[in-house]
Amino acid sequence: MTNILIVDDSASMRQMVSFTLKGAGYEVEEAVDGADALAKAKKKSYNIVITDVNMPNMDGIALIKELRSLASYKFTPLLMLTTESGGEKKQEGKTAGATGWMVKPFNPDQLLATIKRVMS
Amino acid sequence: MSFDMSQFLQTFYEESFEGLDSMEGNLLNFDVGVVDAEKINAIFRVAHSIKGGSATFGLKEMAAFTHSMETLLEKIRSGERQMTTELVDLLLQSVDVLRAMLSANKNGADGVNIPVAALKSRFDELLKSGDTPAANPAPARTGAGEADAQQTAKGKSQHWCIDFIPRMSLFSTGNDPLRIFRELATLGELETRIDLGKLPSWDDMDAEQCYLAWQLQLRTEHTEAAIKEIFEWVESDCRLDIKCIDSAAGAVAKTEVASKPHPVETAIAAEPQKATDDAKDSVVKEQKSAPAESASIRVSIDKVDDLINMVGELVITQSMLGQLGQDFDMSKLEKLADGLTQLERNTRELQESVMRIRMLPISFVFQRFPRMVRDLSAKLGKKVELVMTGEGTELDKTVMEKIGDPLVHLLRNALDHGIESPEQRQQAGKPATGAIKLNAYHQGGNIVIEIIDDGKGLDRDRILEKARLRGLVGSDEVLPEDKVAELIFLPGFSTAEIVSDLSGRGVGMDVVRKNIKSLGGSVEIKSETGKGSKFTIRLPLTLAILDGQLVRVGEGTYVVPLVSIIETLQIKKKYINAVAGKAEMYRLRDDYLPIIRLYETFSLVPDQRELENGLLVVVEAEGQKAGLFVDDLLSQQQVVIKSLETNFRKVTGLSGATILGDGTVALILDVSSLIGAARQQATNRGRPQAA
Repeated sequence: MTNILIVDDSASMRQMVSFTLKGAGYEVEEAVDGADALAKAKKKSYNIVITDVNMPNMDGIALIKELRSLASYKFTPLLMLTTESGGEKKQEGKTAGATGWMVKPFNPDQLLATIKRVMS
Repeated sequence: MSFDMSQFLQTFYEESFEGLDSMEGNLLNFDVGVVDAEKINAIFRVAHSIKGGSATFGLKEMAAFTHSMETLLEKIRSGERQMTTELVDLLLQSVDVLRAMLSANKNGADGVNIPVAALKSRFDELLKSGDTPAANPAPARTGAGEADAQQTAKGKSQHWCIDFIPRMSLFSTGNDPLRIFRELATLGELETRIDLGKLPSWDDMDAEQCYLAWQLQLRTEHTEAAIKEIFEWVESDCRLDIKCIDSAAGAVAKTEVASKPHPVETAIAAEPQKATDDAKDSVVKEQKSAPAESASIRVSIDKVDDLINMVGELVITQSMLGQLGQDFDMSKLEKLADGLTQLERNTRELQESVMRIRMLPISFVFQRFPRMVRDLSAKLGKKVELVMTGEGTELDKTVMEKIGDPLVHLLRNALDHGIESPEQRQQAGKPATGAIKLNAYHQGGNIVIEIIDDGKGLDRDRILEKARLRGLVGSDEVLPEDKVAELIFLPGFSTAEIVSDLSGRGVGMDVVRKNIKSLGGSVEIKSETGKGSKFTIRLPLTLAILDGQLVRVGEGTYVVPLVSIIETLQIKKKYINAVAGKAEMYRLRDDYLPIIRLYETFSLVPDQRELENGLLVVVEAEGQKAGLFVDDLLSQQQVVIKSLETNFRKVTGLSGATILGDGTVALILDVSSLIGAARQQATNRGRPQAA
């Protein structure tokens, strides 16, 4: 079963993403910021990680960089949630190793479509 | 799939309000001259989160507003702009506006009076005045599915030829050409052709690198943008060439399947075109009236852990007792007693922990004060520094909700009447900046909140003059100092020379006192002319549990709140004074106390009607004392208060009821109303009493 980690400091976003994905049959776990996510990701392997960019403690870009440096996350799809439509953040994320991004706001269908894109 | 987003709104509101509180705090502490990246980041994140959430959950106006805010904050964050006092003010106003919008949305109000547009245009102006070209923010881009749906041209199928030459490092971002092709196949009919030209010899091959390139043929009704969209994530990791081949010239060569066996599939069956249009069925809905005020409470994880620990111990005790009971004989009596003691301890601890769940730090109330003081002092042209201590002091949520307004009032008074203008202060030899201290601490079963200002203090002469004018004090009556200060708590009393919109309407202090009393608390004032005033509020920590003294009157058991009991004594006949008929007084040292025969008040049949055979419980409420005549004192214990009004109706002289260990109901005495009635009676008999 596909196991997804959703990282966002906003509880309502986490709820929404998590609810949508669980409804579609994915297994979902939540982390409240980059540091929390990294700790969780080290304990357990997730198939996909979706992370917000702006977060306290460790932001999404740093998280992606950290995850990519782990052997078990070398090729794992890592998606950023971003509201910045400018290319700067996306590029920063790509350089850090992000697979792709999703621009907020998105609705559940868009979320599921995006997840499908990175499912193996 | 499409579902109701409103189920997440409650969380969104909660976290947004919390975010705004922290944003406000950060703004208030913002030192404009100093670049504090952490604070700016924190402020930015709040705007950013609210924007993301409001857009996601369909609150368009809020999303647009926070977008402007965020854009500006982003510039500050990136160092393009400096934080100025003006900006801090503007952002603080935005906090208010956002709060109002959130409340309006939450309560289903239309919120037309919220100056959103005005404030937003100020942001936009500021952005325009900035020297960067990207000043006007582009609207948030739509996501993949929606874009796709929009771009579906309802036209004829076109033939596209795509050259896709990824960089060798393509895999390192977790992208996979196979998945891209799978996605392309959803657009139409796809044929792939692999270029193995760069494939090195087996020995030189690094399994983590991508050596392949592809030539793709796609027949689709979708536009080029839809195709590009699929390659969006790898745009910078590949060379991509998308060409439209005219369908006439589209004699595409048959895909040449690579002869060498290779793990990569060469063709992917074209899936039937997905009905992406249902993405249009977006969740952007007008919000219906959200459920009113939620009664939820946020509890720190420590408290929950404590609770779980405690329950664990309870279970252990239970199993121990259970085992003991299985083959019990008298030799195990001691063990049983031990077990029961342990059970009692467990239960008590558990009760305390459960009560602690309702306890919140008073910072929940305090946190809005810095802002208020800042705004008010600016309005009044005064300089004030607010110092808060003991913000971590906890008190019951219910008490907390009710103490906010009285505190606001006292604080406003301190600002308006207490603290002088900078000039006046300097003339009086004080520092130009006034100080207001807000302090909270626990004392016994109470929480004490102090509001101390170093302003001009109460003007006793004016208060007295006014009180005489109103007939509250006799014209030649001499009052002790502290009584004069007490006068300000009387209804309709105000000495403010100008009735400002802040305070001074004279409806304040009596209401403050009434509210505090209704919480079972008290408020007192100490003031020194020229040096300042100090208000001390005492409140019970919780309204749900009370330390009580059980007393017996005839067959009935009553609970006297322990806090109101001063002492209990055996009645000596020589101290009883029967003043004119019914009102009996008891002389206790230098004081005369009305004796309240509880059996009379509640129409009971007592054991004793003779005073000297019973006991007198001396109680005090609101500075007034009385003696309760009871048959016997029983144990002291904590009782859980059950409301009489909810379960029965309001009864004078009783504040509630509780259920005792043996299952019987005991009524809780409302000492202040009992004393009030007794004093009234005594006064009617011609003994002057202070009102």
